[in-house]
Amino acid sequence: MKPDALAASPVVAAAIDRTRPSAPVVELKGVTKTFSADSHTVHALGPVDLAIEAGTFVSVVGPSGCGKSTLLRLIAGLETPTQGSLLRGGAALDGPSREVGIVFQDHVLFPWATVLDNVLLPAEVMALPRGQALERARWLLELTGLKDFAGHRPHMLSGGMKQRTAFCRAMLADPKVLLLDEPFAALDALTREELSLELSRLWQDLRRTALLITHSIDEAVLLGDRLILMSQRPGRIRLDVPIDLPRPRDVNTEKHPRFIELRQMAREFLFSPASA
Amino acid sequence: MAGTMAGTTAGNVARLVSQRAATPLIYLALVVVWEAAVRFFAVPGWMLPAPSAILAAAADWAPDLWHHSLVTLGESVIGFLLALATSLPLAILIAFTATLRRVLYPVLLGLQSVPKVALAPLVILWLGIGSLPKIVIVILVCFFPILVNAVAGFEAVPRAMLDLMYSMRASRTVIFRRLRIPIALPHLFTGCKVAITFAVIGAVISEFVAAQDGLGYLIMISSAQSRTPLAFAAIILLTLISIVLFYGVELIERRFVTWTP
Repeated sequence: MKPDALAASPVVAAAIDRTRPSAPVVELKGVTKTFSADSHTVHALGPVDLAIEAGTFVSVVGPSGCGKSTLLRLIAGLETPTQGSLLRGGAALDGPSREVGIVFQDHVLFPWATVLDNVLLPAEVMALPRGQALERARWLLELTGLKDFAGHRPHMLSGGMKQRTAFCRAMLADPKVLLLDEPFAALDALTREELSLELSRLWQDLRRTALLITHSIDEAVLLGDRLILMSQRPGRIRLDVPIDLPRPRDVNTEKHPRFIELRQMAREFLFSPASA
Repeated sequence: MAGTMAGTTAGNVARLVSQRAATPLIYLALVVVWEAAVRFFAVPGWMLPAPSAILAAAADWAPDLWHHSLVTLGESVIGFLLALATSLPLAILIAFTATLRRVLYPVLLGLQSVPKVALAPLVILWLGIGSLPKIVIVILVCFFPILVNAVAGFEAVPRAMLDLMYSMRASRTVIFRRLRIPIALPHLFTGCKVAITFAVIGAVISEFVAAQDGLGYLIMISSAQSRTPLAFAAIILLTLISIVLFYGVELIERRFVTWTP
């Protein structure tokens, strides 16, 4: 869908967030997270300082168990920081917010509900006006190529289609911030690539503040405006660089000299003994 | 090519028919062997009646069998429904109240180990020989399978689905209605299928102890009077009641739980 057509859509015109890039949507100051179980404690994350500006797509890459998912759960309000402060829109975080949409690693669709009903779940939970929500759900399904599958149950869908449905659900209530927790991790390599290109295209149209957690450097560079590399546990931000690649991005982006350069840099950084 | 395909299709159909027909055919063969063996070895009717003798007894006693079947069926179904009505709210309370779960649930699990049918004589001693003590015994045997499975069901919600609901700030009521109930349903039906089978056993045992009607009573008196064909007819009816009730629950399950493959 072209941006013009998008703006013409009555539901979405108001939704596009054209906030000034100055105010950080999310801000972490000296945030740490420690989990304790019985006798031992695990220092999972931090201290982390991070500010995410409105409308930027931030990609976070790190080795397994580096606490990057914990970082996302903290920003989502599903965990509380052990130390430090977490601000959203300048105010201290008070649990989850309806202005945040999350795409989880495993689609987390309800097997008893149809694709359309799964996408409409936020509308039901948040008691949004039904007609408007339905219109938006149908529009999102059309945008992601799922229009003809609205009445299907999740078990009839492929892995990629399930994750597309989860994306539509996350976008239904028109969140200001989109959190993506390894959204392609459970998919095969081809579907992964297809979906990350599709997400890049969708994001080009929808322009939302986004945080992507991934362990794929290619995905991170292809999608993000900013690349954050994390260290082993306890996870800390080791590198934070802007991804100055032109948009819109597509298959050819991966041939761009700057793409190759950024990827190489990230690899060396992650795999060098010093950062481990 | 076409010939091979047609041949394969015909082969498939034949295999399907033989698979479907195998079970009834084996039953039929057993009945025939039974009839032949009784006749050939001249087994006395009071010991092992031939299928034809059972059928004749069933025809003679049809009105009585019908009456006693209805009594047993009624006790089983009413007891089962009452057990469902009491254990379900209790399961919800246990699943959602930390104190009840810590204090009450271990006690109930301990009581579950009491062989309920052993209580039948006492229950009859306390409540007399009407239909009330029988229904109480059926409730006792049905109660625990439903309770335990329902509690497990309400707690079987995957962490990620709860996170999804929390991330939208869903209220406890919405989480219960939209997530916990659908997740619990297959578990609840598992409990119900166990319970409905127990219900018939509970009803018959209580009729063995003291009763004036019901299939259990009929089996008792007809055996005592060496009317073995009638006892067999009653046992066959009892089996049919069990099967029908079980599949009845399964049919309801299929209406409600349409998503498990």
